[in-house]
Amino acid sequence: MALAFDEYGRPFIILREQESKSRLRGLDAQKANIAAGVAVSRILRTSLGPKGMDKMLQSPDGDITITNDGATILEQMDVDNQIGKLMVELSRSQDYEIGDGTTGVVVLAGALLQQSEKLLERGIHPIRVAEGFEISSRIAVDHLEKIAHKFDFSATNIEPLVQTCMTTLSSKIVNRCKRSLAEIAVKSVMAVADLERKDVNLDLIKVEGKVGGKLEDTELIYGIVVDKDMSHPQMPKQIEDAKIAILTCPFEPPKPKTKHKVDIDTVEKFQTLRKQEQKYFDDMVQRCKDVGATLVICQWGFDDEANHLLMHRNLPAVRWVGGVELELIAIATGGRIVPRFQELTPEKLGKAGLVREKAFGTTKDRMLYIEHCANSKAVTVFIRGGNKMMIEETKRSIHDALCVARNLIRNNSIVYGGGAAEISCSIAVEAAADKYPGVEQYAIRAFADALDSVPMALAENSGLQPIETLSAVKAQQIKENNHCCGIDCNDTGTNNMREQNVFETLIGKQQQILLATQVVKMILKIDDVISPSDY
Amino acid sequence: MITCGVEKLFKDEATEEKGERARMASFVGAMAIADLVKTTLGPKGMDKILQSTGRGHSVTVTNDGATILKSLHIDNPAAKVLIDISKVQDDEVGDGTTSVVVLAGELLREAEKLVGSKIHPMTIISGYRMAADCARRALLDRVKDNKDDAEKFRSDLMRIAMTTLSSKILSQDKEHFAKLAVDAVMRLKGSTNLESIQIIKKAGGSLKDSFLDEGFILDKKIGLGQPKRIENANILVANTAMDTDKVKIYGARVRVDSMAKVAQIEGAEKEKMREKVQKIIGHGINCFVNRQLIYNFPEELFADAGILAIEHADFDGIERLALVTGGEIASTFDNPESVKLGHCKLIEEIMIGEDKLIHFSGVEMGQACTIVLRGASFHVLDEAERSLHDALCVLSQTVNDSRVLLGGGWPEMVMAKAVDELARKTPGKKSHAIEAFSRALIAIPTTIADNAGLDSAELVAQLRAEHHKEHSNAGIDVIIGSVGDMSELGISEAFKVKQAVLLSATEAAEMILRVDEIITCAPRRREDRM
Repeated sequence: MALAFDEYGRPFIILREQESKSRLRGLDAQKANIAAGVAVSRILRTSLGPKGMDKMLQSPDGDITITNDGATILEQMDVDNQIGKLMVELSRSQDYEIGDGTTGVVVLAGALLQQSEKLLERGIHPIRVAEGFEISSRIAVDHLEKIAHKFDFSATNIEPLVQTCMTTLSSKIVNRCKRSLAEIAVKSVMAVADLERKDVNLDLIKVEGKVGGKLEDTELIYGIVVDKDMSHPQMPKQIEDAKIAILTCPFEPPKPKTKHKVDIDTVEKFQTLRKQEQKYFDDMVQRCKDVGATLVICQWGFDDEANHLLMHRNLPAVRWVGGVELELIAIATGGRIVPRFQELTPEKLGKAGLVREKAFGTTKDRMLYIEHCANSKAVTVFIRGGNKMMIEETKRSIHDALCVARNLIRNNSIVYGGGAAEISCSIAVEAAADKYPGVEQYAIRAFADALDSVPMALAENSGLQPIETLSAVKAQQIKENNHCCGIDCNDTGTNNMREQNVFETLIGKQQQILLATQVVKMILKIDDVISPSDY
Repeated sequence: MITCGVEKLFKDEATEEKGERARMASFVGAMAIADLVKTTLGPKGMDKILQSTGRGHSVTVTNDGATILKSLHIDNPAAKVLIDISKVQDDEVGDGTTSVVVLAGELLREAEKLVGSKIHPMTIISGYRMAADCARRALLDRVKDNKDDAEKFRSDLMRIAMTTLSSKILSQDKEHFAKLAVDAVMRLKGSTNLESIQIIKKAGGSLKDSFLDEGFILDKKIGLGQPKRIENANILVANTAMDTDKVKIYGARVRVDSMAKVAQIEGAEKEKMREKVQKIIGHGINCFVNRQLIYNFPEELFADAGILAIEHADFDGIERLALVTGGEIASTFDNPESVKLGHCKLIEEIMIGEDKLIHFSGVEMGQACTIVLRGASFHVLDEAERSLHDALCVLSQTVNDSRVLLGGGWPEMVMAKAVDELARKTPGKKSHAIEAFSRALIAIPTTIADNAGLDSAELVAQLRAEHHKEHSNAGIDVIIGSVGDMSELGISEAFKVKQAVLLSATEAAEMILRVDEIITCAPRRREDRM
């Protein structure tokens, strides 16, 4: 195969050591790739929607993750196939960009691949198929724009946001208390949002979890929770109106970075050095005290002596606080991070109304709550739950909800969920197909069919008859010209998604369609797979 | 394997199980774990011997669910979920670690039957959720709260402690130990910080010889030539280097060019230490406790000054001592007037068994205390400590949340009754799941009866009939082997424990039920570290 002949009929080798490589070409390559992509999407298909099932993943170290978040499943799945990896990437980019809909995007890509296989079998050139998909994705995205619905919310009226977050959360294991979690997510996003610039810095929201208690105990704290305790057991556990010195220098003897030696050769030197050392500690603590700090938060450790001096001067302190947390504390309390004791001034202190230490359970776990901060632009979502996996899954779900809320603040357009948007797009694409004269027509129709597969999967997972339900809903949409009709997953008796309050963000949906099309195009364009074969 | 055409989607050795098979695998794993610990449930539960694979093959004998599960090496992912909930139960409330696993196991066993009869897992989950909620409310309706009545509250605590201990090795002397535990917890005055209750284990004697000491016992020896008994002691608790007080400034080193200089420096060092000791003595103390080592030289100085110096009391030791005596932990000694010293009436050396310990009695703060456990062997002592720890945890939680329930299978029957009623009212397939929930709840008294060698079917049927009457207090009396009035028998349990068992078991069952696919990654290869 890899042997070609030049004009004199002499063979020459294109691929070196071709025996040790396996190679797939032409239609075989495309078919193999499509099969791999479909296999990945099939795994996720059952996780779609409010009645979707979870996957249990065992990591190489034996740790267990239970989740139905598409991005998490794919990331931990240990996929070896190249095309499989592409799908993983696809889900991940949706996660980075939007944060939600990571399962849907893979299911859509899978459906597109399945459809394209049929077209390839009919002898349509892959590039034509890809182009057809491209055209139809544009039609779909434009159509979404048309059916999108602007909705109003303000700092006081957050109900629409909560409803949208609830749609996201309803597919997760935490749907038992989706209402309260959605409220927490929206409130925390609103707390840090910059409504004028329409931007949200999600870094300001810290999601912290602790096993024990129940999911209902999950709370939003307007402030910071740090998994640390006071450096000295006898320091006060509660400080009101705290002035916080945020330090990145240790309470330890100085360690100049340049190499040096201090030689002690006389008794006098020994004694002066000793005195200096004592004075050094004293100075450090005194300086903190002088600027009026009532709490010291430090990134590094304390020497025993310094610790006692702090305690002695009635200056509570926390040590070994991580860099990220330190930044958050600085933001929340309006303080400045101080790298040297000499630079400590009263203006650089952060302020918090209440700092308290809270103990949990029967073990000696303690956490530090910093509340009523001067600048409440940093919040913490504190999750409780029965076990570790539950906490992890809740963290992921909260992350999704936060992303959704953020997207809505950026762009307040929504489309209806429950497959309604997909069905509507499918109808639009189908209608547009006839206008295209070329072979692309087939590809465009196939795209419409692929869009149907999302509501189909939803119906399947909810235990409904997929084809019957879908055709009924489709007919209803066309008849009533109502793009709010979707799959009634929760068996509430109506399939009007507006009444059910099932919303999704416009950009999320658009992104799903665009990303899925892009990946499918990329896969279709591959006609030669060369991989080193197993030895 | 997965679809024809794709030979390899996953890496080598990574496996994937789907649908029914995956569900089967997790059900089987979870039930196996539940069955494993099932026999330890209840007052007549049996113990397990655990032999570690580590060096020495040390042996543990226990019937504490969390301890058993912690030491198992499990490969089944669902089983790991159960182990995790048991661990959390241990951290959170301290007791009920076996019950939570057994209940979760039973819930899954019932779920398996339902799945077998073609009910979708999601329907089962929503039924379980409704049932769990209803069960919790049923319990809330029947809780008793005696917080305001100190006398009754104390007797509640006693009952809870006795109920907890009755399933443990200490059951023979449960009254004795329940009293110990209640006394210890009452001293905490509402804090859940169990660190201030110190448990010292000394082999020898019998379990009955265990005692609670109001003071504080430090498992250390008094330095040579120092007083063995001090009355009205002023104690300085310190965390400071008393070996060689190094110069901490980085890069400092001693460089000398003659022997004479060495001697001088040494002299200076000695002088420095002497000064430090003088400063410490200057606090007007007659007892000095340090976390770190005290070298011979300063020890001698202390002995000369007639001060009792105790070295190498570890972190817990000094923290507790500071707590007990009301002193502060000092590391610098320059201003003696402002350092708070600890006080106690009497320090003396006492003997327990063959070991000498230092006993601080008549301490200022009554929060801390020491429980000295005596027993025939280390295994007994270890198990006794675990049991006592369970009891202490439960009690300290109860002090904060004083709601109390009856024990002996009573709460389960109450819940089962309420859940059963809910099942009759609920339309649709969910009612099967709700019914199954009540069956799973009844499995707990059944197991208790089975473990006691009683006719469980007969007893549970009687119990159910008894509970059909309003406000029944009936539960299983394992000692006589019949149905009895739990409030008369004085068997109580903490509401918080039961609630945690109910909620985390349901949560875990739900989690496992939702899974329809298990993907196991290839195990990480460990390099041979030979």
